[in-house]
Amino acid sequence: MTADFIISALVTVVGISTPILLAATGELVVEKSGVLNLGVEGMMLIGAVTGFAVTFTTFNPWLGVLAAALAGAAVSMVFAVLVLSLGSNQVATGLALTILGIGLSTLIGAGFVGIIVAPFTSIFPDWLAKDPFLRIVFGYSPLVYLALAIVFSVGWFLNKTHAGLVLRAVGENDISAHSIGYSVIGIRYAAVAFGGALAGIAGSYFSMVITPMWAEQMTAGRGWIALALVVFSGWKAGRLVVGAYLFGLLMTLELYAKATGFSVFPSQFWASMPYVMAIVVLAIISIRNKTGSEAPACLGKPFMSN
Amino acid sequence: MRIKFERRAEPSRLMQILTPFVAVIVTMLIGGMVFSLLGYDGANAVKEIFFTPVLASYKWLDVATKSAPLILIALGLSLGNQAKVWNIGAEGQYIAGALAGAFVAYLTPNVQSPLIVLAMLVSGIVGGALWAAIPAFLRTKFNVNEVLSSLMLVYVALQLLSYLITGPWKDPQGHNFPQTAPFTDAQLLPHALPGTYIPPGLLIAFVFMLIFWLLTSRSVYGFEVRVVGAAPSAARYAGFTAARTVWSTMLIGGAMAGLAGILEATSQLGQINLGFPSNYGFTAIIVSFLGRLHPVGVFIAGIVLAITYVGGQVAQTVVHVPSASGGIFQALMLFMILAGDVLVRYRLRIVTNFSQTLAINAAK
Repeated sequence: MTADFIISALVTVVGISTPILLAATGELVVEKSGVLNLGVEGMMLIGAVTGFAVTFTTFNPWLGVLAAALAGAAVSMVFAVLVLSLGSNQVATGLALTILGIGLSTLIGAGFVGIIVAPFTSIFPDWLAKDPFLRIVFGYSPLVYLALAIVFSVGWFLNKTHAGLVLRAVGENDISAHSIGYSVIGIRYAAVAFGGALAGIAGSYFSMVITPMWAEQMTAGRGWIALALVVFSGWKAGRLVVGAYLFGLLMTLELYAKATGFSVFPSQFWASMPYVMAIVVLAIISIRNKTGSEAPACLGKPFMSN
Repeated sequence: MRIKFERRAEPSRLMQILTPFVAVIVTMLIGGMVFSLLGYDGANAVKEIFFTPVLASYKWLDVATKSAPLILIALGLSLGNQAKVWNIGAEGQYIAGALAGAFVAYLTPNVQSPLIVLAMLVSGIVGGALWAAIPAFLRTKFNVNEVLSSLMLVYVALQLLSYLITGPWKDPQGHNFPQTAPFTDAQLLPHALPGTYIPPGLLIAFVFMLIFWLLTSRSVYGFEVRVVGAAPSAARYAGFTAARTVWSTMLIGGAMAGLAGILEATSQLGQINLGFPSNYGFTAIIVSFLGRLHPVGVFIAGIVLAITYVGGQVAQTVVHVPSASGGIFQALMLFMILAGDVLVRYRLRIVTNFSQTLAINAAK
């Protein structure tokens, strides 16, 4: 095993884990506010198709990412109205959002199948981005740095700011937060919109960076991995990064096993590994926290102020 | 003037029955508008998706065929949903059931006995239940959220199916297509009961509708499931353990999905191929909610969703809407029924300034 091989593997791990890190960071904020949005996969697909379509029409990947964020946030509002204003069941409504996202993205993307755009890769000069060693720092799409900046900002926001404290209070004890005078519903709307925007950007990573094209259901269940990642992290931003890279490592192993054809196990074994490991990890985490005290106390419970 | 929600003392029975119908009608209106905005012929899309499959008798067998797995799976899921046990991995249990049943077929290519089909069905039921036992075990033993674990297992089941039909179970005479050998005559059920539009799966679904109706409305077990869902602490007081409910609803849900899977394989496809997974397991969640978790409601809702499946394909060829349009209508329907839930639990009151003044005066 050469140093070159290790570096290229590391670069792949960082890149491939970025969308699940983005989506999980958004979902972390949503869940911290006490809302469980299972529609991550659907919002990612909406982001994927929107990001691709806008990049293809405007030739500007930044506009594509912005549009993906807006589209993700917009579609998350359908969920928010039902769950927050009408008090509907969060599990079922989140599923409905995923089903809608699959259908809507297929509908919008029908005209874009088979087209390729220039991948949204590193904006650093080639002598940095393509350098055999330095590419481990400079060789990524701007979205990779954006994702890291966002996850650290979110960690800082949740733990060090007053607004973050309010958001956590809403998720831990909605009735008290309401009686002190905070708008529980308003804060949750904002959290859901933020989660939608990050899921949208996460989706655009698939259609603009990993494979710069649109394909139906191209996120292939990664939204669900992001949901598992939030549980894995114990609702802590720092641990999200570690978890995302662990899953990224698994997905990289799958890629290498497929590409080299050198594997004792069939390719399907590797393809199912991230999902199997997600289950195993959930079990280990749950054994460790038998009490389940790490989850926000109001997670998934409806709140109606009147 | 504003709209106010007032919690009802008891859920409204009338609204419970009325809202699914309203949901379907509103779905047609909103869906039609969305498709018109996107530049398609929205009115005709609605007509082809919702009415053509009902009016054209040559589509009836197709509707009946697609409603069978939806009803079978949704009957099982409704039980878990009542207990708030969220099994959203029925698609995986459907696949696991079909694979377990097909394994019997794989072992018995030369056996000529009517018992083979029966063995396949039993194996399918067991396969689906075993696949669902994994999230049940993890939930009761380690408190792992069943929503995520059951869903992850869908992706594992998909990979397992892909492995088996491209690897050990691949048809040697299949020109290298990823598929199992076709089932022999002894391993097949007819597409439909002779001389009717009724596929065997639909007849079985009807029988199970009656069984589930008895189970939920006439047995202590049905009561237990509802109490665990509605009031977990009261259930503990009554001696009903949550673990028992998780296990039983999960196993029943998995068994029904497995039965649906093997029935689809043996009466419709006649083999397992890459086209076998068709999202029935996910659509059945919509069926369960549209049917208000009630066995009779689920039966009707299964037919309605099957109509949108068939109608979606019709609209694709007639109005040239994309294949995804049926799915969009299905998602809209679930949103509408969930929004309608608010009317079951709350009374809408329009609060005007005048009525507020009246209330204040009355208080004085």
